[in-house]
Amino acid sequence: MDNPTKAGASLPDTEYKWGFTTDIETDTVGKGLNEEVIRLISKKKNEPEWLLEYRLKAFKYWQSLVEPTWAHVHYPKIDFQDICYYSAPKKNVEGPKSMDDLDPELVKTFEKLGIPLTEQKRISGIAVDVVFDSVSIGTTHNEVLEKAGVIFCSISEAVQKYPELVKKYFGSVVPYTDNFYAALNAAVFTDGSFCYIPKGVRCPMDLSTYFRINAKDTGQFERTLLVADEGSYVNYLEGCTAPQRDENQLHAAVVELVALENAEIKYSTVQNWYTGDKNGLGGIYNFVTKRGKAAGKHAKISWTQVESGSAITWKYPSVILQGDYSEGAFYSVALTHDYMQADTGTKMIHIGKNTKSTIISKGISTGHSSNSYRGLVKIMPQAENARNYSQCDSMLVGDECSAHTYPYIEVKNKSATLEHEATTSRISEDQIFYLQSRGLNMEKSISMLVNGFCKQVFKELPLEFSVEAVKLIEMKLENSVG
Amino acid sequence: MLEIKNLHAKVDEKEILKGLNLSAKAGEVHAIMGPNGSGKSTLSKVLAGHPAYEVTEGEVLYEINFQMKNLLELTPDERAKEGVFLAFQYPIEVPGISNISFLQTAFNSILEHQGSEPLTDEEFRSFVEEKLKIVSMKKDFLERPVNVGFSGGEKKRNEILQMAVLAPRLALLDETDSGLDIDALRIVSEGVNKLRREDNAIVLVTHYQRLLQYIKPDFVHVLANGKIIETGDYKLAETLEQRGYDWLVN
Repeated sequence: MDNPTKAGASLPDTEYKWGFTTDIETDTVGKGLNEEVIRLISKKKNEPEWLLEYRLKAFKYWQSLVEPTWAHVHYPKIDFQDICYYSAPKKNVEGPKSMDDLDPELVKTFEKLGIPLTEQKRISGIAVDVVFDSVSIGTTHNEVLEKAGVIFCSISEAVQKYPELVKKYFGSVVPYTDNFYAALNAAVFTDGSFCYIPKGVRCPMDLSTYFRINAKDTGQFERTLLVADEGSYVNYLEGCTAPQRDENQLHAAVVELVALENAEIKYSTVQNWYTGDKNGLGGIYNFVTKRGKAAGKHAKISWTQVESGSAITWKYPSVILQGDYSEGAFYSVALTHDYMQADTGTKMIHIGKNTKSTIISKGISTGHSSNSYRGLVKIMPQAENARNYSQCDSMLVGDECSAHTYPYIEVKNKSATLEHEATTSRISEDQIFYLQSRGLNMEKSISMLVNGFCKQVFKELPLEFSVEAVKLIEMKLENSVG
Repeated sequence: MLEIKNLHAKVDEKEILKGLNLSAKAGEVHAIMGPNGSGKSTLSKVLAGHPAYEVTEGEVLYEINFQMKNLLELTPDERAKEGVFLAFQYPIEVPGISNISFLQTAFNSILEHQGSEPLTDEEFRSFVEEKLKIVSMKKDFLERPVNVGFSGGEKKRNEILQMAVLAPRLALLDETDSGLDIDALRIVSEGVNKLRREDNAIVLVTHYQRLLQYIKPDFVHVLANGKIIETGDYKLAETLEQRGYDWLVN
């Protein structure tokens, strides 16, 4: 059982079928970052004074920070003056937006990505907010959601239409002082999704945001804010792709979730940003801050992520368990191949009494990649009877890749119960032989073993997403074996 | 159906098979017996295509579409698709994959190779539930992850279930009797007997004669030091049981 597979040792040469670019006229602010650029972005978005001030404060603070280096990832220093901070498809600038008036090029782009936008072709049962480079280009299924009282729109629109709600919760979970990238995002964010589920409402359909980076040398800094009021429920899905380019591109998003008493938020991500080519050239730097606050009693927040893209991933979707009896969960599959680097995990901060958190992390490394789990479970002094279960499994395919686990535990209340399990395994020659001798070829055998390994996480995803995730992982593994 | 000529094979630079000859026709059951370390398991792994075993000399011919073809040129999954099946001595666990989805994937990849339409989920389920009876297992057996937490007997029964589903033309059973109590041995043997057909051949590799009380072979071969040194009918197995292997080996 201990024989490393020879088959997996060769370099994967994954084709990235989302790597095309859309030729479209854009309204772009020139490279570089200073107060003027921030004022310009704010002006373009016709923002209220308080938001501009917030941005400028964040920018000042950001200038005082140095880039963090503690993550287990390596990359050349980013020149923040060599990035465009705003790029929007031109036609979108004027006039009201209706999805049916969209630029046909955009419609085609999203159809190619499997996200039909026009009325007759929409995916039923899922409302989608579509973010193209720096702006949201529209949201589907508005009528049904409106009827239920659910607000689902771009954050720019929310700032105009629901300023009180935005002001109340914006930055309440991830303040701009949180970290380097959160500060940068607060200064320059351009768009993202906003969602509010009123009291007692079970959102009638899944909500989803699809992020697409298109423009060259542009960073995407989106901001998502999701508020589930008392006793409400929402299932939220997020997908992302980008063109294949030789230059690295920066994606530094902030996602804030707030769940009030008895509310439940399920947030699922299938992240498939461009990874760079097989020699490690190009790809997205995915430096993201995601955090939820289970603010009320019995509030529940779960993060489920399938991280299969980006040259570098730096991401720790976390939950602050503030309400008594609140629950947090983190289910993660991270697949790295070629020269990808992932440093991902979670933080569970237990504050309320009888709070409970679950962490299931599955890392698969192939090629020359490096895959790290980094997690913190913190039990505060007042958190009586807190419970945590953590399971971190790593699977290695081949001899050139690596897996690392950095679990941090801080317990300040003796009544806490914590369990931690961790394993590292290799796909063995005997396992592959067993499946092959039943008629499965090498690729199918490996993807079956990997799928089985990820089962606990995949079953947390909504059905369509889970099917997509399985396919995506299969495709990524397809060429990782010779 | 199967013709092995002067087969030499090594693993970890150690030669295990040293000029083995054997031929089997459709409808026949062959038992290969021999002392520990004689090369019995190596033979079945070489025939199924385990990558750790290297054939250094000789050939293995196997009938595909009425023609004798070089079996050694095929990958393990190609061999399986052409009807070669190995029941493992130590079946491997596949966590997270249910028995039924594993069986269905295997079955459909063989159907696909034959150019047939795959069965739908419902069709396959009723097909496989019928096969469960052969190994006296209940339906919940299908929902459990492949071999995970199975007892020794369940693992062996699962191998025979796979054999029943995949309907191989050449079935190699590697020490299928090892680790079985008497009841499990009876169930497994009866299962194998039900899968005996005019158009398939079965090669049993076993250390003990007791399996052969349940599955009556047409031929018994003694493998020692990498070669077949004696061939006979069922009576040879009885003789071996009484006298051991020493009188033949020395």
